[in-house]
Order: sequence, then structure tokens, then C-alpha cells
Amino acid sequence: MDLYKSTAHELHEKLVKKEISSVELTYNVYDRIAEVEKDVKAYVTLDKENALAQAAKVDKMIAAGEAIAPLAGIPGAIKDNISTKGLRTTCSSKMLENLNPIYDAHVIEKLRADETIFLGKTNLDEFAMGSTTETSYFGTSHNPWNLDLVPGGSSGGSAAAIAAGEAIWSLGSDTGGSIRQPASFTGCVGIKPTYGRVSRYGCVAFASSLDQIGPITKDVTDAATVLNTICGVDAHDSTSLPVEVPDFTKALKQDVKGLKIGLPKEYFGKGLDPKVDAILKKAIADYEAMGAEIVEVSLPHTEYAVITYYIIAPAEASANLARFDGVRYGYRNMKATSAPEMTTASRTEGFGSEVKRRIMLGTYVLSSGYYDAYYLKAMQVRTLIRKDFEEAFKQCDLLLTPTSPVVAYPIDGKMDPLAIYMLDVCTIPVNLAGLPGISVPAGFADGLPVGMQLIGKLLDEETILRAAYTFEQAHDYHKVMAPLGGK
Amino acid sequence: MKVTTKDVEYIAQLSRLTIPESEMEKFTEQFNQILNYADILNELDTKGIEPTAHVLPLSNVLREDVAVEGVSQEVALMNAPAVHDGGFKVPRVIE
Repeated sequence: MDLYKSTAHELHEKLVKKEISSVELTYNVYDRIAEVEKDVKAYVTLDKENALAQAAKVDKMIAAGEAIAPLAGIPGAIKDNISTKGLRTTCSSKMLENLNPIYDAHVIEKLRADETIFLGKTNLDEFAMGSTTETSYFGTSHNPWNLDLVPGGSSGGSAAAIAAGEAIWSLGSDTGGSIRQPASFTGCVGIKPTYGRVSRYGCVAFASSLDQIGPITKDVTDAATVLNTICGVDAHDSTSLPVEVPDFTKALKQDVKGLKIGLPKEYFGKGLDPKVDAILKKAIADYEAMGAEIVEVSLPHTEYAVITYYIIAPAEASANLARFDGVRYGYRNMKATSAPEMTTASRTEGFGSEVKRRIMLGTYVLSSGYYDAYYLKAMQVRTLIRKDFEEAFKQCDLLLTPTSPVVAYPIDGKMDPLAIYMLDVCTIPVNLAGLPGISVPAGFADGLPVGMQLIGKLLDEETILRAAYTFEQAHDYHKVMAPLGGK
Repeated sequence: MKVTTKDVEYIAQLSRLTIPESEMEKFTEQFNQILNYADILNELDTKGIEPTAHVLPLSNVLREDVAVEGVSQEVALMNAPAVHDGGFKVPRVIE
């Protein structure tokens, strides 16, 4: 049986009814990995022995008649910038090639408490800096829809694993679109929760005011299920919000009647691939036919968002990555004869070029003489971008946009950094404003998945989940398997 | 041009990084490309606008002053590249 094709909620039913065992399921997914991983390269590290031991434990619990959590015994994949105690966590960097974490991220603790299974750690752009996985020290992951194309990034491994059937659910992290864009490129569902919903403790810091962990899954129900497990306040993260976490699966109603969906006109302008535009237009018409009200809104500062992000995120990154000095953990140049030389040599050899570029850009915009012109200015523009959303939400309940203006593109490393940065235009503003956003499959352009992004008000994941679920259930896009073609 | 190769060298030094001679020109060019693009922010009058460092209205998040177990010496040293007498070993710091 091809259990690897199923969703977590389907498999939970089967486990509870004892139609399948967790060991059988886990073997089935590892068999699938053995079959396709050489082409997809979604993983950095696999942990088969521990995964199977955990599966056996869950099977015993079920046999003993214990009630199990929705993700218990269901194998998932974790982005390799999320700390897993005892299981190598590399951030896809030479710097952390051999790091054996001494603690679990908060989300991992929560998932362990629910007796879930970790198959392994998935590939990403080095330190989550990139949109393709091409900056990974361990090589590029491939898009299961066409292996010659990028899976998106930075959570490209987590998204590719889901699309290829190499995991049932996965976790990514999203600083400027790193969950939603790869979900869009691979036909998956991906949510970036409201900033503060999920503890960042144990997620290796890139840009602390923007980073957020979230699920990448096969359907909206699974996304809500994973979200239920990982949300909640944590004493280890002072930016995690002390607010009640609703049962997100209760928001999954097949009904958008009366919902006001705003279309920010700036997101449908120049640079949008006409094929992506056509698919979104159809999705909008579908929502209207299902009873939603469509209103046009404006987010006038959208064009300033990308550069604002590429000032703020590198600034924060330059501070966060200062900790990699070769002293306590991580890569060290062993030949250096003085401590300062050792630090510079370790960082120069341990980091790849995109990470270096961002550290230096961040160092520059924070340096004396340039702080006001770049960093302070960007923080002020961030306020304008936030206010744009506040104004727009006076006229609607949620926003609908493309997740990316394009579909997955070839793995060839030909684009210059700025051209790649510009493609994050639809996802970046959401991080700058701290809002929740979901990407859902909206159709196909020439056989490649196109994602639709729904953006909610602060802490209103429920409305975007409801709208995403309604759209998903009215179509079959999420049920189409990636063909693993190309090459 | 916003920055020269000399500036980039200085920024690299501040960042504790070295950019090899062979990549310097390309690196400087890409750096300038990004900084030139940042000029569009000057179209906006931001006088008097409060900067957003953080989107949450949280401040002074405190916890009870209760002692909790920390990391043991053995565990703390587990990933160290070099260890000496239960400490992190590094090359000479002061000449």
C-alpha cells in the first residue's frame, strides 16, 4: 500500500482503527525515500533507527488502548535549522556540518510530547538565506514536479519532501517567504503564523524580528493539525505571545459566504507572470461564485518592501551570526595562530557567499554614518508598510495575492542576487507586518503548481484557514501527485 | 558607486570575513547594485514616523526569579572544536 501518499489526518484514522501500524507506515515512507531521494535530495540527514523505535513505541500505546495525539506515530520532516537534541542540525552550512545540538527547539519538545516521528532533517538555503536551496552547502534540492527546477526556498527540502511523498508533514521556517514560496513551487500548503504564535526557541536565528516556524503539508487540514501542536507561549522566547491558542481544525468550515476578500492591486501589477495571473483570476471568480465578496484594496508602499526587508533582515543577521566565532561550536580553522585570525579564517571558510554577502550588507547598514540612512529609514518604512495593511483590513477580512509572481524556475544559478530578491515581493511584506499568511495550491501553469497566498489580520489564522479550506475542498489540486519528471 | 573595493575590504574586516582578491570586483558590484536600489526609499518622506523594530506590543517580559538547572560543563563542551582542562581552548589572544 502506498501509505506515503496519504495525509496525516487520514493516517491518524487508520492508526486508531488499527488498520495500519506506525512501524509499517514509517517503513513505507523510508522505502519511498530510498526510491526517490537520489533525484529529489530533500534531506540532509536521516534518522531511521530512532524513527522506527519511536514508531514501535506508538504501536504499543495503540495496542494498549491509549488515546493518541493527531500526529502520534506519523512521520514528519524537520527543516535543518530547527534544533533537534542529539540529531545533527547543520543549517545546510559547512559552519555547522557536525553540530550535535544539546537541546530541542520548543516546537520539537511539543511534537515529541505528542509522540510524533522525525524522519530526518531537510535541506535549506544556507542559514535560510535564499529562495531556491541553491546556497546549501550540501547541494540543491530538486522540484518533484520537474527535477530540473528549483523547489523554492529556503524551506525547499521540507516542501520537496512533501511533494515527493518523502514525508507526511514537515516544518519550515519563514523570514521573508521561506515556507510559502516553496509550498507554492511544489504544490503544497504552507503557513507562516502570526509573529509570536510559535516560539522561535531552537530555530537558529536569521532575522529575529521576522523569523517564524510553520508547517508545510499536503492539505489545509494537516496544516491546521500541525499548527495546533506547535503554537503557544514559551518562557524561552520573550517574543512568543501569551495568548490562547484556538483549535485551528475547528476553523475548517466549507463556507466563505459573506467573507470580504481584498485584492491589493499592487500585487497584480508588473512582473506578474500572465499564467499565474490567469490562475489567480479564476480562483477569485471561484470565491465569488462561492459567496465571498471581492473588494479591491491598495497597499501603496508595496514597492518599497523588498529593499526594506533586504536592509532589516541582513542587519539582524549580521548580529545573529556574530556568534559563529569558531570558539564554542561550529567550524574552526585549526591552523590559525592567534584568536582574531582564527575567528576570521573560520568564518571565511565556514560561510558560503550568500551568507557572507548578507552579513556584510547588514554590517554596512548598521555601521556608523550609514545607520540613519539605511537601517533607521528601513524601520520607518516598515511602519508605513504595517499601516498599509491596517488600512486595507478596514475594508476586508483577508487579502488574496499570488504567493510568488512566477512558477518554479530552472536550477542554473544564472540569476543575480537582486533579481532573486525581487521575486519575494508578495511574501516579504507579510513578515514585515508580522501577519499570518498561507499558500494554497490554486492550479497549474504548464504542469507546474501555482500558489495563492491568503493574508490574515494579526492572530487571525482562522479566517485564512477557513478560506483556504473552502477553496481546497472545491478543487482537486492538492490531490495531484508530483510526477518527478524532467532531467 | 556607493562603495569601492576598499570600502568592501573594510566592511569585511568589521564582519570578521575575508573576501578573496579574485571575487572582490564582483562582490563590490553586487553590493552597489543592492545599495543603489535602496535609493528608492529616499522617495518617501519619513520625518516623524516611528520606526518599527518589532511588530509586537510586548515589552519587559519577565519571569519568576527561580533557579533552573543550566547546562553542565560536559554538555557545554560537547561541540567544542578544542578543549583544554574543561574549558574552550583557543589560540593566543594577546601577543
